[in-house]
Amino acid sequence: MAKIALNVNGQPVSGDVEDRMLLSAYLRDTLELTGTHIGCDTSQCGACSVHVNGALVKSCTMLAVEADGTDVGTIEGQAASDGSLNVIQSAFKQHHGLQCGYCTPGMVMAAAALLKETPKPTEAEIRSYLEGNICRCTGYHNIVRAIQAASGQ
Amino acid sequence: MYEFEFIRPKNIAGAVEALASEDAQVLAGGQTLLPTMKQRLASPETLVSVAAIKEMIGLCTDDDGRLCIGAATTHAQVAAQSNYRALAQMAAHIGDPAVRNRGTIGGSLANNDPAACYPSAVLASDATVVTNMREIPADAYFQGLFTTALEEGELIIEVKFPIPEAACYKKFLQPASRFALVGVFVAKFPDRCRVAVTGASEDGVFRWSDAEEALNSEFSSDALASVLLEADGMISDVHGSASYRSHIAGVMAQRAVSEIVAET
Repeated sequence: MAKIALNVNGQPVSGDVEDRMLLSAYLRDTLELTGTHIGCDTSQCGACSVHVNGALVKSCTMLAVEADGTDVGTIEGQAASDGSLNVIQSAFKQHHGLQCGYCTPGMVMAAAALLKETPKPTEAEIRSYLEGNICRCTGYHNIVRAIQAASGQ
Repeated sequence: MYEFEFIRPKNIAGAVEALASEDAQVLAGGQTLLPTMKQRLASPETLVSVAAIKEMIGLCTDDDGRLCIGAATTHAQVAAQSNYRALAQMAAHIGDPAVRNRGTIGGSLANNDPAACYPSAVLASDATVVTNMREIPADAYFQGLFTTALEEGELIIEVKFPIPEAACYKKFLQPASRFALVGVFVAKFPDRCRVAVTGASEDGVFRWSDAEEALNSEFSSDALASVLLEADGMISDVHGSASYRSHIAGVMAQRAVSEIVAET
């Protein structure tokens, strides 16, 4: 067991975790932040994408102990505290950027990381950045449109 | 995955000491190791994280003008900060953005996956792998599929790249895995060329000496047109036959040379 302390969506959290616990499991099972989805659990699909110190990371391929001392951002931290959607989430809603919704938390976290690095991405840049996020409804066209709209294009 | 003990030393000495214990394994970015452990294909008793060892992270230039990259530096950091442009471009296309934010140069080299990108850059650039024990030239470092010169308990500290006059890496992508189906790194130095091929051979990354000879006498893609890579010993799987891979290696080499010629 290891003791960890980190910030999740701006809130300090701490506790004991098993050394082998994945960050995705810590977020979902311990903190009950179940917006982070586990799709493949093999680092392929990106449904579990979160931000660690601002960088996009697959939380199923990082240990919870490795997140000790970091700032973690999840989908729960994207909307405002009153529940109103942020610009990316609104754009996904408006442009029908989701079908079953399973990949959506990861897509939104990836989009947020992209727009921070590249505020006005081209369509090719968006598609390239989403290489690690798989939508099995194959709803990519509207996801790309939503991200373009969220970037003000 | 099986239980293990996680250790995060603050310095190289601490990491080396922890690695001396039985069944201890280095954890760098974990982008290969953690999925492997989940499948129970690896079961180290101790994971020694190098993420907190500051002297193993970052890029700098040494007195000989070589680019020195700490072993725990991520692909994303190399992509953003490397003054060796071909290397930065190669790093910018490994895996996907989330993988590049975690995966490290040292992890890639220690694993020596036969389809990984970094081994071809290190071999073509005639880089030196620096460990806690010694300096290993690239030609002696790669020893076959998932096999390197590293000894038990030996830790990669940094990698030193001489910067070629010009260089280019061309990857024929395996779109599902984002690994190279075949990747060719061409490095042009003032006195010679080095060509390294990844993804193709059953023995892992290798130098394509016939291509190097042809380019040493004339640096042009035409010079490679008649140089054939023997299909014997190339990987044959559902993604491509051995003869397909040897053909693609030729095409990637020609494209890399054409790009270098166009830019110089």
